[in-house]
Amino acid sequence: MLDKIGIAKRIAQELNDGWYVNLGIGIPTLVANYVPKGLNVEFQSENGILGMGAFPYEGEEDADYINAGKQTVTILPGGSIFDSATSFAMIRGQHIQMTVLGAMEVAENGDIANWKIPGKMVKGMGGAMDLVASADNIIVAMMHTNKRGKSKLLKRCSLPLTGVACVRRIVTNMAVLDIKDGAFVLVERAPGVSVEEIQNATEGKLVVEGEVPEMKL
Amino acid sequence: MNKIVNTATEATKGIQDGMTIMLGGFGLCGIPENCIAELVKMCVKDLTCISNNAGVDDFGLGLLLQKKQIRKMISSYVGENDEFERQMLSGELEVDLIPQGSLASRCQAGGAGVPAFYTPAGFGTEVAHGKEVRYFNGKPHILESALTADFAIVKAWKGDRYGNLVYKGTARNFNPLMAMAGKITIAEVEEIVEPGELDPNFVHTPGIFIQRIFQGDTFEKRIEQRTVRQKES
Repeated sequence: MLDKIGIAKRIAQELNDGWYVNLGIGIPTLVANYVPKGLNVEFQSENGILGMGAFPYEGEEDADYINAGKQTVTILPGGSIFDSATSFAMIRGQHIQMTVLGAMEVAENGDIANWKIPGKMVKGMGGAMDLVASADNIIVAMMHTNKRGKSKLLKRCSLPLTGVACVRRIVTNMAVLDIKDGAFVLVERAPGVSVEEIQNATEGKLVVEGEVPEMKL
Repeated sequence: MNKIVNTATEATKGIQDGMTIMLGGFGLCGIPENCIAELVKMCVKDLTCISNNAGVDDFGLGLLLQKKQIRKMISSYVGENDEFERQMLSGELEVDLIPQGSLASRCQAGGAGVPAFYTPAGFGTEVAHGKEVRYFNGKPHILESALTADFAIVKAWKGDRYGNLVYKGTARNFNPLMAMAGKITIAEVEEIVEPGELDPNFVHTPGIFIQRIFQGDTFEKRIEQRTVRQKES
């Protein structure tokens, strides 16, 4: 079973040299810490940064330089700053090669819900709806089950949708799964996790083809 | 050409109950904090505020929410404000949540004379309810309308008496888009400079979009999430 850092490390293996990547808030943000050596990847923050760098050194933080999670950040040499319309032109115009975001629920057809629990929690969708409506390569980073142990990989989402039939791959604490032909196709198991355990934690249709390899981290 | 006014009081003259106001900023970054403080003082109410976020409980638009001066908010993300969530869930506050990219483009369209546009964002979700759907290149899109405001209030780093503006860092965000969409646009800046000091090649908002400009008294520039790393020894 992976922890949040393990999930981030596994997603970092999806990166390719020269890619522009948008990371959502939470586990996705951690992916930036595990870019494989030798790869050049530029991170986009939808509030208007390309070439986002690490957190500033203590005492050098500047309120005018934040990321989409409202955290103080730095900008790398070669980076750029732009307004919100230009930022979403990059996103909607498919200039970003990989998008990683969190989710409350994913359905077997690739639907995703991550912005609202009616009557309880309404934070808003932020940029998530624009991201999932346009990006080709959407990877969801999340725990396989919720706090009450219920599966987050469902036949159909029960919460209001963020986007329809858009998720390509899911990396959880238990497995890597692809959405294909209306099912979750098991790609890899987390270290020490059996196919049966994954099956039991997955409410939607799970397809298991042959030997399923264990992740290499 | 001289659009300079001396104070936030002068700049916000004419803002009345029931008006629609756009306010630039992302989180607390690049918000017009001097004008927000003035709106609190003016006690204007029943405002419709268009802003990506709603501040935090005790800063930014949260100050107007606390005093119940806002009737309706149009935003994309409001997760940092408990009072906002309380007012929304109890029905005291009308809220229109829209995707962030659509919000940016709707402001830009409003300022650019484009009444509406199609976007894929929100198709198949509750955002699409009641909106026209049309297919382009085999993909569904929804029709989103432009946004304009009685007053747009933006915050910039430097500006001159022509209204030319330069923003700093990610404090740019929605400011240049909203600057275009106000019937009257107010710019509050950290520093007023002489005409010619801003290199025309690097002006972010051309002065034509600005009607009033003033230098703010103080800028607290509160940081929402202070994240730092330690220096390697």
